[in-house]
Amino acid sequence: MVVISKDIVKEHGLSEEEYKSILGCLGREPNLLELGIFSVMWSEHCSYKSSRMYLKEFPTEGPHIIQGPGENAGVVDIGGGMAVVFKMESHNHPSYIEPYQGAATGVGGILRDVFTMGARPVAILNSLRFGNLDETKTRFLLKGVVAGIAGYGNCMGVPTVGGEVYFHPSYSGNCLVNAMCVGLVNKKKIFMGKAAGVGNPLLYVGSSTGRDGIHGATMASDVFGEGGEERRPTVQVGDPFTEKLLLEACLEAFKAGEYIIGIQDMGAAGLTSSSVEMADRGGVGVEIDLSAVPTREEGMTPYEIMLSESQERMLIVAKEGRVGDIERIFRKWGLKAQVVGRVIEEPSLRLISKGKEVANIPIHSLTSKAPVYKRPVKRPDYIDRANKLETGSVSLPGDMNAILLKLLSSPNIANKKWIYRQYDHMVRTSTVVLPGSDAAVIRIQGTNKAIAMTVDCNSRYCYLDPFAGGMSAVAEAARNLAATGARPLAITDCLNFGNPERPEIMWQFREAVRGMKQACIALETPVVSGNVSFYNETSGEAVYPTPSVGMVGLIEDISHITTQWFKNDGDVIALIGETREELGGSEYLSLIHGIEDGPPPSIDIIREKAVIDTCLDAIRSGIILSAHDCSEGGLAVALAKACISFEDGLGAEMEIEEDIRTDAMLFGESHSRIIVSLKEDKLKILNEIASNHSVPIEVIGRVKKNRFKINRCIDLPVESLRSVWTETLGKNLNGRETV
Amino acid sequence: MKFGIVVLPGSNCDHDCYHVARHVFGKEAEFLWHKDRDLKGADCVILPGGFSYGDYLRPGAIGRFSPIIREVVDFAKKGGPVLGICNGFQVLTETGLLPGVLLRNRSLRFICDSVYLRVENNKTRFTGTYSKKDVVKMPIAHNDGNYFADEDTLKGLEDDDRIVFRYSNRYGEITKDSNPNGACLNIAGICNREGNVLGMMPHPERCCESILGGEDGKGVFLSIIDCF
Repeated sequence: MVVISKDIVKEHGLSEEEYKSILGCLGREPNLLELGIFSVMWSEHCSYKSSRMYLKEFPTEGPHIIQGPGENAGVVDIGGGMAVVFKMESHNHPSYIEPYQGAATGVGGILRDVFTMGARPVAILNSLRFGNLDETKTRFLLKGVVAGIAGYGNCMGVPTVGGEVYFHPSYSGNCLVNAMCVGLVNKKKIFMGKAAGVGNPLLYVGSSTGRDGIHGATMASDVFGEGGEERRPTVQVGDPFTEKLLLEACLEAFKAGEYIIGIQDMGAAGLTSSSVEMADRGGVGVEIDLSAVPTREEGMTPYEIMLSESQERMLIVAKEGRVGDIERIFRKWGLKAQVVGRVIEEPSLRLISKGKEVANIPIHSLTSKAPVYKRPVKRPDYIDRANKLETGSVSLPGDMNAILLKLLSSPNIANKKWIYRQYDHMVRTSTVVLPGSDAAVIRIQGTNKAIAMTVDCNSRYCYLDPFAGGMSAVAEAARNLAATGARPLAITDCLNFGNPERPEIMWQFREAVRGMKQACIALETPVVSGNVSFYNETSGEAVYPTPSVGMVGLIEDISHITTQWFKNDGDVIALIGETREELGGSEYLSLIHGIEDGPPPSIDIIREKAVIDTCLDAIRSGIILSAHDCSEGGLAVALAKACISFEDGLGAEMEIEEDIRTDAMLFGESHSRIIVSLKEDKLKILNEIASNHSVPIEVIGRVKKNRFKINRCIDLPVESLRSVWTETLGKNLNGRETV
Repeated sequence: MKFGIVVLPGSNCDHDCYHVARHVFGKEAEFLWHKDRDLKGADCVILPGGFSYGDYLRPGAIGRFSPIIREVVDFAKKGGPVLGICNGFQVLTETGLLPGVLLRNRSLRFICDSVYLRVENNKTRFTGTYSKKDVVKMPIAHNDGNYFADEDTLKGLEDDDRIVFRYSNRYGEITKDSNPNGACLNIAGICNREGNVLGMMPHPERCCESILGGEDGKGVFLSIIDCF
């Protein structure tokens, strides 16, 4: 019997006070296995101990919300007896250590979260952030992460339809890999991760348990020092083929009859968290015989079995007497289903090995009794310093053509086809709007509906002003959906921040959450699921605060689906919303002038809602031929993309009123703006719709062949815009060092 | 007219093929489970895309040992029409029904894109509704689509007019730039001597509805439907 020393407690990432609480919960000293279980369940990753008090503030309910946070994924009603299931999750630390497997298993995990709910996954998105593209390490990570996402998602037959990729030095030592999955389910056939019915058997299905990923959750709850790569053995290895079989077997078992009471993925903290969380939701206990758990190697200890994060495993609470039926289905798909325990009345986690009890922990001590911290909060000193931009000191460039070309070739703005070409984005023959427009659109076969989805966050805004940044992440996501013709429904999020034990980081977190909350309320998009990833820092350098927002919207009629590129020579181009003189936080200021200062563009969420409603009403009235949100790079870049993001794109000629600095007019990133194109005779209708919402409309130009002109400052052939925009990533990534 | 769609463990375009057969063309369609030995009276068998057996070892290398595949080989040898798409093409080369192999893409990366193809042979049972030299646009999505065969085999394919589709540019010119994966002679699809077995890397089932951006794949299905 191992004596629990201070060193062992520390190695488990538990503080002395936490260890004292454990003694209090148990009324005795834990053994090593119990200590391991506490350490993962009380890790930041599983317990949300630093974030919980703020997350409670999010709006999580609404007339269309079926399931909010707390389950494997959120569920939203889309009418016609169907619901959409979605969630986003981070796999940052594993991806930095081993990019291919880290990213692949991130995708595998989020897929399982969705199909355990009974839903068939129909789309994957991701939000990726790396250091500068000219760093060798960035290219190594990017190639590995993209190949990992592709390797897993493609094999699963779930299209990867959208996402975002940004490069900034703050991510050099800590990349971000957030994966989102969207599924569809029959509203009456939703499954939950809940144990119930004393005596019901616990079924283990999927891959055997190996020694991979032990303490992955604890690793994800720590900062990297030098040599974080040495932690490679804690990264799990994915097997998408087994997961594909698991997906089909689970969906068949759900459909076959009333066999399954509850089901949960063994994700972070594996068998421990799945069994404990299911018992907790059902107010019961579970008894597991560890000798019955299928293992990959001889001689695995109870500690290793409980803490392994081997992939492609699920825990099922079966209906008594139905084990045979479930086994038959899994056997058909070449998978094992093994009874490993049962539901017990006493709300405890009881573990048996070789006939002996090896652990006995009250469930609530691992869940509701887990520590909750009100961490100290301090407004960082940099905030004031970084938000005093004197625009007067920013010189006005002479050659705006060169500036536009440089912005279009910036890795943050450049075309991402090099990346999404590696993802099968068309399998399932439902992707109606492919990657490369504002949001991806998936039709729902057999109906006249479609769903749109996007992932957004501008972390520079969040760094400069986390409150405004959090709000604008939600706003931009909603705007992107509106531009495709979708009504925003709800969000999932991945809140990526530094070390929460630093008061400045906690302040960033609190402010970002507060901003997101306000936007979610105003835009009527509750938070239905999500994940927090702290400790994203290396050697004391935190990433920019990055609350990624994944949003799903509904298109009631597929004829409303709208894309961002211009359609016909001669169409009129109009701007919904208005451009203010706002240069702070812009890609232009950073790339051209090397200034990252703010304030970031101001956001009035009520105006945002009005712009979104104007766009949606106009699209539904049938007058809009293209719609595109203005974001990084401002109006000029948005207009250029409306010309070049389609193979046979057109040009445009603009005459824009200039009552502000020319660079702010062209490249400023004022929020709440959408560019639309339409036939001239429909302008009257657009103006009426806009005035109903008290939103300004400005006619800014016309679609023309071949050339791209703005006032007298920009005049370029469309082909030159296209070539710099499309070539950047390939130039940097092809033929250089291999992974 | 009834389509049989083979389901190997890891097939993932099986539902798409079913959808096209049933809902686009209104034909009967049935899944054929890999462990079964019954083609269920299918008039045409489709080996769909996907990652059978995870592409482990080599794409198609394990799948070809499935009981149902033996039945498909017999069916093909008796003249039954068999269409292998993507992973299905890979399985067909592994069975020996079609010559050559599909290597890793030249770029060593998975490629999902829409590409142009030129119809080289419209005398097969799957291309009758196209005209020779038609240029069509179809999606590809593969890691191993780089068709390779020795010189004699390639010459034989050309001499016997068994190259059915070749990657081209939008004007129908067969160029190096229009070859996405490094395939010998820009080969995208080939047939057997009798013209009843077609293997192709592009996905015709992904372009049979205008909402998906194109209908150029319809010809493959219409051609075979016309035979019945």
